[in-house]
Amino acid sequence: MSEAVIGSAATLEPGGTPGVVHDFSRDKQVFGVPWGKAMMWIFLLSDTFIFSCFLVSYMTVRISTTDPWPVPSEVFALSFGGDPIPLILIAIMTFILITSSGTMAMAVNMGYRKDRNKTFWLMVATAILGASFVGMQAFEWTKLIVDEGVRPWGNPMGAAQFGSSFFMITGFHGMHVTAGVIYLMVVATRVKTGFYEKRGGNYEIVEIAGLYWHFVDLVWVFIFAFFYLW
Amino acid sequence: MAAEQGQQHPIKIYLWIWALLFVVSFFSYMVDYLHFEGVTRWTLILIFMFVKAGFIVAIFMHMQWERLALKLAILGPPVAILVLIGLMALEGDYVEDTRIEYYGESTFQPESPHH
Repeated sequence: MSEAVIGSAATLEPGGTPGVVHDFSRDKQVFGVPWGKAMMWIFLLSDTFIFSCFLVSYMTVRISTTDPWPVPSEVFALSFGGDPIPLILIAIMTFILITSSGTMAMAVNMGYRKDRNKTFWLMVATAILGASFVGMQAFEWTKLIVDEGVRPWGNPMGAAQFGSSFFMITGFHGMHVTAGVIYLMVVATRVKTGFYEKRGGNYEIVEIAGLYWHFVDLVWVFIFAFFYLW
Repeated sequence: MAAEQGQQHPIKIYLWIWALLFVVSFFSYMVDYLHFEGVTRWTLILIFMFVKAGFIVAIFMHMQWERLALKLAILGPPVAILVLIGLMALEGDYVEDTRIEYYGESTFQPESPHH
């Protein structure tokens, strides 16, 4: 069968396992997605390994230390006048990030509907939620460093490795959120100013930015489970 | 086929998943709040974590609508991390045993975090 026949009959392309063989063996783009999206996925895959290395290192030092591990539930408790509520700030941060993932998903949807105004405002909302997440993280770090005396080399509550794991993991994640906020604002501005209209009105870039943002939320799901809840 | 159709789906599905993520996150918070301990705690944490992660990847990141070639290329390699986890868990146990053997049990007196 010639290349032209396969290429023109997109709806007849096989799915499932034969589809995998078909996709890899034809002499063109493999995944049936825009190259930017495939590249973003591959970047996210590499990022998955980086975060996994951090989390696995954390697991290893937590298993191997003979000192008691600080109880995250108590360390991250916050008092609003009354008794401290366990993990409350982290819970709020989790809900903020999920909310931002929701607004981002809507932005992607509006992008494909070519509703530039809604796409712009949804992306701005996502970025604002992301920025507030980083703000809360800054507050959390300040509280831990100033009030609780947590340092990368030790802390009064337990195993010394707690601090280094915490700063490394949440710091790297916070850096990702910060980069994401900037990325979203750049794309949102370009959506607003009609930058993509001049390039054929293709808004897949919103979905690609969205992939990055959802990934940041995804990593937080794992950090929340393993670092804060475990 | 010139341009891709893109991932266009009804808004309803996003709203459902959004709500579901809220509910499941609330459950994971409750695991801590209601003081579940031991195996029950770890099992619940993992279940809620995988439910959330699965829905984010499948729906929000549109993975369920992508071709199998992309799914395998992206979701396959992270399985290797399980090997690393297994090896490092063994190593961690060994190092802990060695430390106890040579340095004895911990004499660390933890302070309660002050508020």
